Amino acid sequence: MTMARGAMARRVLSRLGGMIVVLALLVTVVFVIVRVTPGDPAAVMLGPDATQADIDQLRAQLGLDQPMLVQYFLYLGQLLHGDLGQSIFLNQPVLSALADRAEPTFFLTIFSILIATIIGVPVGIIAAYKRGTLFDQAVVVAAMLSASIPSFWLGLLLIQWFSVQMGWFPTSGYGGPYAGFFDRIQHLVLPAVSLGIVNSALIVRFTRASMLDVLQEDYVRTARSKGMSEFRAVMRHAFKNALIPIVTVIGLTLALLISGAVVTETVFGLPGVGSLVVSAVLRRDYPVIQGALLVVAAIYVLINFLIDMLYVVIDPRVRY
Amino acid sequence: MLRTGDAMSAAVMTKAGAPLAEDDPDIILAVDGLETHFGRPPRVAKAVDDVTFRVRAGETVAVVGESGSGKSVASLSIMQLLARGGRIAGGSIRFRQRSGTMIALDKLSQKEMRKIRGAEIAMIFQEPMTSLNPLMTIGDQIAEMTMLHEPIGRTKALEHARQMLELVEIPAAGNRLGDYPHQLSGGMRQRVMIALALACKPRLLIADEPTTALDVTIQKQILRLLERLQAEMGMSMLFITHNLGVVAEIAHEVVVMYAGRVVEQAPMRELFRKPRHPYTLGLLHATPNPARDLAPSAGGEPAVRRRLTPIPGNVPSTTELPDGCSFAPRCPLRIDACEARKPPLVKVDPDHASRCIRHEELS
Ligand SMILES: Nc1ncnc2c1ncn2[C@@H]1O[C@H](COP(=O)(O)OP(=O)(O)OP(=O)(O)O)[C@@H](O)[C@H]1O
Ligand code: SF4
Ligand SMILES: [Mg+2]
Repeated sequence: MTMARGAMARRVLSRLGGMIVVLALLVTVVFVIVRVTPGDPAAVMLGPDATQADIDQLRAQLGLDQPMLVQYFLYLGQLLHGDLGQSIFLNQPVLSALADRAEPTFFLTIFSILIATIIGVPVGIIAAYKRGTLFDQAVVVAAMLSASIPSFWLGLLLIQWFSVQMGWFPTSGYGGPYAGFFDRIQHLVLPAVSLGIVNSALIVRFTRASMLDVLQEDYVRTARSKGMSEFRAVMRHAFKNALIPIVTVIGLTLALLISGAVVTETVFGLPGVGSLVVSAVLRRDYPVIQGALLVVAAIYVLINFLIDMLYVVIDPRVRY
Repeated sequence: MLRTGDAMSAAVMTKAGAPLAEDDPDIILAVDGLETHFGRPPRVAKAVDDVTFRVRAGETVAVVGESGSGKSVASLSIMQLLARGGRIAGGSIRFRQRSGTMIALDKLSQKEMRKIRGAEIAMIFQEPMTSLNPLMTIGDQIAEMTMLHEPIGRTKALEHARQMLELVEIPAAGNRLGDYPHQLSGGMRQRVMIALALACKPRLLIADEPTTALDVTIQKQILRLLERLQAEMGMSMLFITHNLGVVAEIAHEVVVMYAGRVVEQAPMRELFRKPRHPYTLGLLHATPNPARDLAPSAGGEPAVRRRLTPIPGNVPSTTELPDGCSFAPRCPLRIDACEARKPPLVKVDPDHASRCIRHEELS
């Protein structure tokens, strides 16, 4: 056991170290991309009518007149203090702009992944268990189709049916600044459902494939030979062994959902991080784009780390 | 030369009429004319075509036969654990429960069968490396078995699991309960499988080639262990193998299978001394010691025996079984009558049966 714990600590430390390296690389890449983008950001921000004096002043204000290396270390220093810079148009720090918009994106992502998992995992298990039946074939076809549906299109359909015709849900927005929690959640139902359904396709396919493999393992036959119910044999002995690919694909889907928020939030008029990024791009608000990019990338890395730690929880063979 | 009539009248163990003492309380498993098929017409694989045998209380019955002869399918049919696409197409499987009543396993619902599996009939498999769940500790896997069939809690079940590990001679059993299968060697895992299978003291243990995947020295240890436990616990054992050496070591009774059919059944010594089917004869001669040591001396042997070593040809495909004797294409004694119709399994001695129309010439 102590040996196992030592190996465990080593694994966590090495993954944490890896995470820091990846984050440092990310910061550097984002920094370089912004610097090599054609055009002087200050000139672009100020528009074609700006005088050279205005441009120079803004360059000095943004620190763009410093040598590249100095800028890089200044930027790193800022990041270490949790400072993502100042938005040019919003008159507030990038971090607080992101924080203001985080709630709808956070809940949208969480609800979407929950819906995708609640649909995807059971459907995948049942399809694998009933391999070759009509149900299974229907699931395979449906998963293929829904993976090729753009989620914004499904979103528009849902708005058309449930908001415009039935009037069950609001068509757009997040209820305004004074909306209560329940009101805000209600605004998230349709976007979360459309994202959840579309993203369940991948989870269905991975769950089904993984279960098909595991169901024919000898230990599942051993489980049955012990006289347990099919449900117990399938869930406790097969499904648990199928979990690693399933957990991986759920993590991947979660990461995709965060980047997919840009489109969905625009379609549903949600004031989240996605729509903040869209308007920042339109207005060339570089510090915001740069900050959002970094935060999303950092979340990706964090999700990956958490999945890796989940492997350890699931599979004892990883622990030694 | 051929006395087909006699053979017919002696056909006592066939599907049609089996005047074998069914109420003989000693018999705990009676398989009659079992047919197990895979696939749908026109491509039906008759994995088990006509299997009839008896297992008595406290007795080890070995089932021998080449790869593909239907040994595993027959044993999985008994457990009602056939792989997808497999179904029992005919015959019957009757089992005497602990209560003493004989029940037809093939007629039970899955729910009723679950009470039998593990509790009254347990099974161990060929592959110890893959037969245990890699994500559960061995203690929990054994405890699960007891908790499924007896009203006891986890703590008690784990204590029982420890006793089972001691019973199968795993050293420092108490410290191993928390081990995962990948921490154990193949031989140790097979011991764990045995502990698991015996946790509820089953009346019948089906062991499907439990030693085939192991090193020779480990094989011997596992055989010894099974032999000891079988005797101590007074259970019956259906021991599947393709190794006649193993049969000689462990079996009281032997069932020989060929292409999905039982072709001969006899007490172990009788089978080795006086085989009454050309296929068994061929097997004995294709196997080195101790089979040959037990066979009759060279002087008394019919010339045909020499020509049978080793058996030329292959087992017929299960989808294209011949009409008559399935061994005919490889049999040196084959005559036209052999292929006319399927030879019945006949009693050649009170406790010796053969599915060969020329069995008399082999005596
Ligand atoms: N799931 C299945 N689907 C179709 N055919 C099968 C299936 N399982 C077994 N069979 C067929 O049944 C026949 C008997 O197989 P079985 O596994 O019982 O042989 P065996 O005597 O146990 O051989 P071995 O010594 O190799 O274990 C084989 O011809 C095989 O092709
Ligand atoms: S019935 Fe005929 S072919 Fe079959 S084993 Fe006997 S002699 Fe050989
Ligand atoms: Mg087999």
